[in-house]
Amino acid sequence: MKVLVTVKEVATVEDDFEISGTEIEETYLDYDLNEWDDYAVEEAVQLAEAGDDVEVVAVTIGPERSEETIRMALAKGADRAVRVWDDAIDDVELLDVETKAELLAAVVEDEDPDVVFSGVQANDDSFGATGVALAETLGFEWAAVVNALDTENVLDEGVASVRRELEGGVEELTDVELPAVLAIQTGINEPRYASLRGIRQAQSKEIDVQALDDLGLDAGDVASSLDVTAMYEPETESDAQYLDGDAGEQAGKLADVLREKGVVGE
Amino acid sequence: MSSDVLVVADHRRGDLRDVSLELLTAGSDLADAAGGDLHAAVISGDVESFADDLNREGVDRIHTVEYGEEFNHDVYAQAVTALVEDLGPEFLVVPNSVNGLDYAPAVASRLDRPYVSDAVGLDYADGTLEVTREMYGSKVETTVDVAEGPFAVSIRGGEWPPAEGVGDAEVSAFDAAIDEDAVRSTVKGFEEVGGGDVDIADADFLVSIGRGIEEEENLELVEALADVTGATLSSSRPIVDNGWLPKNRQVGQSGKQVTPDVYLAIGISGAVQHVAGMKGADTIIAVNTDPNAPIFDIADYGVVGDLFDVVPALIEEFGGDAPNV
Repeated sequence: MKVLVTVKEVATVEDDFEISGTEIEETYLDYDLNEWDDYAVEEAVQLAEAGDDVEVVAVTIGPERSEETIRMALAKGADRAVRVWDDAIDDVELLDVETKAELLAAVVEDEDPDVVFSGVQANDDSFGATGVALAETLGFEWAAVVNALDTENVLDEGVASVRRELEGGVEELTDVELPAVLAIQTGINEPRYASLRGIRQAQSKEIDVQALDDLGLDAGDVASSLDVTAMYEPETESDAQYLDGDAGEQAGKLADVLREKGVVGE
Repeated sequence: MSSDVLVVADHRRGDLRDVSLELLTAGSDLADAAGGDLHAAVISGDVESFADDLNREGVDRIHTVEYGEEFNHDVYAQAVTALVEDLGPEFLVVPNSVNGLDYAPAVASRLDRPYVSDAVGLDYADGTLEVTREMYGSKVETTVDVAEGPFAVSIRGGEWPPAEGVGDAEVSAFDAAIDEDAVRSTVKGFEEVGGGDVDIADADFLVSIGRGIEEEENLELVEALADVTGATLSSSRPIVDNGWLPKNRQVGQSGKQVTPDVYLAIGISGAVQHVAGMKGADTIIAVNTDPNAPIFDIADYGVVGDLFDVVPALIEEFGGDAPNV
């Protein structure tokens, strides 16, 4: 059995930052594995550990810098990785969902996995759509916002029995046929930390770089339908009354507010 | 291609969800801007009764698709695709709900429409759709132009007011000719989660903790505060994801909605999913190190400071002993 997991290196923004044009200035950005994908990687590795002879392949769309992030997935247990990149992709300011799905689909068709794990969303552009769009592009089944998966049913029955996390503390129990793309929600498992041994092993694992040519695509396939025209900090509408002073003074004022509201007895 | 708008309602277990009426408002604005009609579709469940609820001012036509009781993404994907192919609307507008996430990207892909999700603003002029959306966890807003229709967008709940009044829409049944062989998923049931020892929705005073607490061991500090003040302890999502508190303590979109007299948010940045669960509190007090944290936008009282300094001082204000964390 083969499991493919899509991962993305995302930029996180420091508390204080500046915007230049339609982008946040590079000095205020840190790069990390997308939080949702961390859970997707863990789910894939757990599936591999529960079954015999399950290969886990991590796939990313990203520049050379992102190899550091994809090595984290390898250190946590993925067997090898594929990184899709091309100058033509670098030229696109904001990749649309369709393009991401098409790029990943080309890799999935090559790899022919039984199940694909993706994260529900990325915490940079937050489209929350790549996994389901990928499934549709491939003709796979899918489930979005999965917060539980019955691993045994995947291995033994070829069915993904999942729970989908709906709003308001309700879960939907659904079975989907394989092959399928499952968009994984945070909290589904406890992502492991990479062990020193894992990190060492990851250094010798293969990261196969695929350009558009290699995937049978060209620059026309990655042209974005989206044009970012502005980026700004949302206007703050705070009417809050701020309680100033050192921590002791702030605590004193806060205690007064709580007493005044009548929620704390003495 | 017409200048019409098609919105797709969201419902679950017999109830139309709030975002359905908000979709009508967003759709009506677009229809006005483009000079087209507003169509609403409702799929599965008691479609007649849902159609009555959706019949608000500004809605021109309502299409009902009878098929099963509850949401199934394969059915929705087929039905919405068939509706769009039949009606040819320039705009397809769906909710960015958990169910929207589960069919909209597939429909957009099937129809070959560029898909922009989670809009908080929509503006249409001269053939270009401008979508306002957030990035980097609400730290920035962007405007994104989609130069060429037909369009497919999803909207965030709570950003548009619900449509009001009584409309005179024409209601008709639509035969979506669902192909059963292409329905390869089965919804087997639902389960309420997060029962257990305490119902945070009943509490008058919630002390709620977020990522700012940093380590599980530090929870002792807020537990001591809850003890000395008689408050109930709740949290934002990451604390529950980490397994530090059980699911029944989670406030937010996927957790509980709470309306206490006082909600004291400690180390919670105030992501939209969290705010959705607590904005109805009478008094909101926020303690956060980041003066730009969105939680201050909805707070009545703000403390910009380090919780590891403020909380121990607060415990002592009420005569308690702050644990050493």
